[in-house]
Amino acid sequence: MTTTYALPAAPGGSRRRPGRATARLVGCEARLFVRDPAAMFFSLAFPAVLLTVLGLVMPWADQPYSATDPQLAGITAITGYTPIVLSLAVATVSLSLFPAVVAGYRQRGVLRRLSTTPIGPSRLLVALIVVYVVALLAAAALALASGSLLLGVTLPRRPAVVLLAFVLAVLSAFAVGSLVAAWAPTVGAANGVGQTLYMLSMFFAGVWLPLPLMPHAVQAIAAWTPLGAASQAMTTAWVGGAFPTMELLVMTGWAVVGIPVAARLFRWT
Amino acid sequence: MTTPVLMTGPVVQVEHLRKRYGATLAVDDVSLTVERGEIFGILGRNGAGKTTTVEMIAGLRTPDAGTVRVLGLDPAVGAQRARLREVVGLQLQESALPDRLRVREALDLYASFYDEPADPGGLLDLLGLTEQADTAFRDLSGGLKQRLSVALALVGRPQVAILDELTTGLDPLARRDAWAVVEAVRDAGVTILLVTHLMEEAERLCDRVALISAGRVAAVGTPEEVVALAAGEQVLRVRPDRAVADDALLAVVAGVPGVRDAVFDDGALVVRGGARMVQDVLVALDRADVHARDVRLDRASLDDAFVSLTDVDPLSTPLPPTAATEA
Repeated sequence: MTTTYALPAAPGGSRRRPGRATARLVGCEARLFVRDPAAMFFSLAFPAVLLTVLGLVMPWADQPYSATDPQLAGITAITGYTPIVLSLAVATVSLSLFPAVVAGYRQRGVLRRLSTTPIGPSRLLVALIVVYVVALLAAAALALASGSLLLGVTLPRRPAVVLLAFVLAVLSAFAVGSLVAAWAPTVGAANGVGQTLYMLSMFFAGVWLPLPLMPHAVQAIAAWTPLGAASQAMTTAWVGGAFPTMELLVMTGWAVVGIPVAARLFRWT
Repeated sequence: MTTPVLMTGPVVQVEHLRKRYGATLAVDDVSLTVERGEIFGILGRNGAGKTTTVEMIAGLRTPDAGTVRVLGLDPAVGAQRARLREVVGLQLQESALPDRLRVREALDLYASFYDEPADPGGLLDLLGLTEQADTAFRDLSGGLKQRLSVALALVGRPQVAILDELTTGLDPLARRDAWAVVEAVRDAGVTILLVTHLMEEAERLCDRVALISAGRVAAVGTPEEVVALAAGEQVLRVRPDRAVADDALLAVVAGVPGVRDAVFDDGALVVRGGARMVQDVLVALDRADVHARDVRLDRASLDDAFVSLTDVDPLSTPLPPTAATEA
């Protein structure tokens, strides 16, 4: 059987290697991220900018974080604000950016188009999450670096626990973001719900008013939200307080329930 | 992934496909066979079930009943569906790329999905996209977007390409470009399933067509055969050499066997009917002492066949009164 097939093959006749497509997808998503100035600014720079501006401008920045709690009194207010900014960095990418991009890909048929290829669409989600996690790690590093270099933010007493809390914050926030991404029928819906959750998360994480200054009722509710728990756990570990078991369990719960439910609900078209 | 594909016999074989969405019967009963190397047109009005049919062929939707074989592969079986994705290239109706992705990046990306991809540079040349290699998807014109989506459908070097409403929304020039591309792809050895509602496109490109109406195959064959199926309708235009009494003449002509419809249009007598009515009409005119200054005969087009073969609801296009007695 002779073949009359004449479409030119790629030079070298390269066979598909496992991971080549995923690497390409990550590369493409990274480029798309870099080409979106708004996403770049809010995901990468905004946490550091917010921390720096508050630290340089606000008169309370150098004051003790708390007048009553002896542990919190040991750090400056701007140091106390740093875990809040880290929570903000997580929330921006996972709640504001990720669901809207996924909903857009679904609405425009990007996911459906991929499902007609041997690769399938799920790797695109993996690639997106890889790019966004790298971006939020960079944002966190940038915020920490500018905080400690420009504002005299002191580093955490228990860095391993802060890191653990940060990792769980990423998992639980992406779990919530994935639920929105799985459900949202349109970009508009994803934006609406995502932004609402983003604002709520910032409130409970203490972006507008640090948690120790909030009423006890609000603090109690915040402890059950992924980013409220993240902010509290990181703050406690920052000042060397007791292991924040409760907060870490809350975040683990969101991740363990949210991610499988999102995977179940997810529609490719 | 190494499931062998049939290299002989029909490329696509579909039998008694059926698909229902809730209360809507999208595809009722569709059977068709696509031979190797042909451009096979799937024609029908909007909502006739064309897209659902090709989506079942491509394994994107599961039929409620019936069988699909593409190169011997059954899309209902997981491992065979995976192999199917390697050998079938799809171009879908709607835009399907991120706005800021550039042409060359999209092709390189899709090339990485396949075992033995086409050379992206060669594809850009074939589709006339070389100049746009660094253009973002959102900055492409409609025609260039379509070309890119064809390129993506071909980058895996498929044996079968399914092109859905390829030229919808293109201006006439871009449409002709797209047709040239389809012919070039066929010449490269790819079997093509072309979904369209444009008769001109099917007549120009397709080796064979299936006319789908209300989820069923109304006719299948070469465009010429399908036109012939539409009662071999002809349109005769006679411009008389003198003014004639309209009504009397119309009555005479309408009485000729095989005439379905006769009207005066801008001074010309326009007669529609079967293939053998022409001579009889001219004889009848001669007997009525009417002589033709100018005669023109048009064969029915695929467009006419489309209307007459897919006329689901006869009330929506009432036949002229003469047809009632002469049909």
